[in-house]
Amino acid sequence: MAEISTLEAKSKSAKQGKYSKETYLGWYETMLRIRRFEERTLLAYSQQKIRGFCHVYIGQEAIAAGMASALTPQDGVVTGYRQHGIAITRGISSRSAMAELFGKVTGCVKGKGGSMHFFSAEHKFFGGNGIVGAQIPIGTGIAFAEKYKGTTNLCVTMFGDGAARQGALFEAFNMAMTWKIPVLYIVENNKYAMGTSVERTSNVHQLSKIGLAFDMPSESVDGMSPETVHEAIERAAKHIRAGNGPYFLEINTYRYKGHSVSDPGKYRSKEELENYQDQDPVKMTEKKILTNKIATEAEIEAIKAKIEAEMDDAVQFAEESPLPTADLLFEANYVQEDYPFMMD
Amino acid sequence: MSRIITLRDALREAMTEEMRKDANIFLMGEEVAQYDGAYKVSKGMLDEFGPNRVIDTPIAELGFAGIGVGAAMNGLRPIVEFMTWNFAVLAFDQIVNNAAKTVSQSGGEFRCPIVFRGPSGSAGQLAQQHSQTFESWLGNCPGLKVISCVDPYDSKGLLKSAIIDDDPVCFMESEVCYGDKGDVPEGEYYIPIGKAAVKREGSDITLVSYNKMMKVAQHAADELAKEGISAEVIDLRTIRPLDYQTLVNSVKKTNRMVVIDESWPMYGVSAEIAYEMQKYAFDYLDAPILRVNSMDTSLPYSAPYVDAYLPSVHRVVAAAKQVLYVH
Repeated sequence: MAEISTLEAKSKSAKQGKYSKETYLGWYETMLRIRRFEERTLLAYSQQKIRGFCHVYIGQEAIAAGMASALTPQDGVVTGYRQHGIAITRGISSRSAMAELFGKVTGCVKGKGGSMHFFSAEHKFFGGNGIVGAQIPIGTGIAFAEKYKGTTNLCVTMFGDGAARQGALFEAFNMAMTWKIPVLYIVENNKYAMGTSVERTSNVHQLSKIGLAFDMPSESVDGMSPETVHEAIERAAKHIRAGNGPYFLEINTYRYKGHSVSDPGKYRSKEELENYQDQDPVKMTEKKILTNKIATEAEIEAIKAKIEAEMDDAVQFAEESPLPTADLLFEANYVQEDYPFMMD
Repeated sequence: MSRIITLRDALREAMTEEMRKDANIFLMGEEVAQYDGAYKVSKGMLDEFGPNRVIDTPIAELGFAGIGVGAAMNGLRPIVEFMTWNFAVLAFDQIVNNAAKTVSQSGGEFRCPIVFRGPSGSAGQLAQQHSQTFESWLGNCPGLKVISCVDPYDSKGLLKSAIIDDDPVCFMESEVCYGDKGDVPEGEYYIPIGKAAVKREGSDITLVSYNKMMKVAQHAADELAKEGISAEVIDLRTIRPLDYQTLVNSVKKTNRMVVIDESWPMYGVSAEIAYEMQKYAFDYLDAPILRVNSMDTSLPYSAPYVDAYLPSVHRVVAAAKQVLYVH
């Protein structure tokens, strides 16, 4: 039985601050880490130290934070190419992430992936996928393997509103429901597929309704607050771990920067951007912590200082790390170590 | 002890033997379970392994190929059957953009040990959309291994190697050869990926082919023998990586070569072989290498079109005589 519940307003419980101090500070730290990491990324890109396609997560940090507190380390995560924030939150260090952006051999995938392709087997972070929507069947398969092996782990399969229009979604949703695969689908609806608004790509603007066609439990939730994200994912995960099959969350969010570093964002109004910046998850959470006296200003300042130091260190590490040597081109194309490449 | 069994039985034995040894191997695809396979390759496997390991899918090639890729990245060893490689085109995003790239873009963090298998090539009067070969398409792509064979002995040994391989393998069979019989030994054996086989020794000319065009090559060799011409016939078996050394060794002996390749002529397997031979056996060649491909058109339905389109014994014999300067 499918149902749509729209929880656009922040839930009552979250307003009262029902979670522990550690949880709030954890969310804040996670979001601030992503924000500062991405700001350093944009700076380094402007200095041409980072090249290629590069998409930052600024504005969407509450999703990563709310997800972090609702999952276990054994759960898999796969996402698209706007992935720095999710990757860091799943455990890839700021150092190895920044080094990857700099194309250094010390990067999380040895300079082979760049901005779109971080991976970590240790943290069950399956990428970092550059083809819009291709990770939807892949995440379904990752979750399929968990069920096959008899675990209670799930796989969070994240994608953007643009990917929600891909055929791969419909094939994967269908098989996931038919086979009761433990997959949590999350569409991060940041309103624009590159420069094309959700309204211009379909008559169905509330993306959670897509789940109805498959009788998949589906919700639309506010993605500007880690509390609402956390609660929705916790609710979904409980359903999935009980063996009931997939769950679909449309998490409504907004990216403050362009689609990629080269996008000035002329397709949206200044007022719209400012409206969402008023809901900035980093600022709002900081305000909430201080207003409700969950922690002191000194504690907030300590987190800020810690993150600044972490970013200074990450950038320095990336700067000082060596570039890969050309012979590494032939490494990690095949598992087979003596694969006979055609050399002429 | 050796037995005479069909290609479909040989392929099923390969899958069954490996699935008995490793619970992480499973088979998925359209009609593979309850229907026993569109061409009965998986007949009886549902009974032995149950519905968790022999899985009927909806008609959704992109979706189930992607599920296979994800499962392979997370520790399983899927065998994904396509009813034909023509339908696998819908899944090329997952094969080319993901399976082939998993190791590279993850810097070796993840691997994708998956077998995509099914029939490739023409199979009678099936018209344009059901008659294509994909060896050249996928053989072009680093990250993949590509096998294309129809001999029951080779097919069993190569499929077993493909299933236990840690890299993604595209395995191409032939719809019209599933009932063909051949000697297959009792018990397990593996044939290494990337090794061509000299199927017939000869001294005057080398005929190179793979998959069901091997039959055309063999028949052409029979015809040439009637005229006193001794043809060596080589089955590539693996398209990527290409065992060009076996071809070089043969050309050093025969000094002449014709490639029989069901692919379209341009940018394909035959062109690659001709390149390798001029590079590594130039001084041994007494004539230009010729190729006999399918025609550079789509394949229409009616029988005369099919005859005119496919490589034939007649065309191979004519090409062989041309490189032998025999008229």
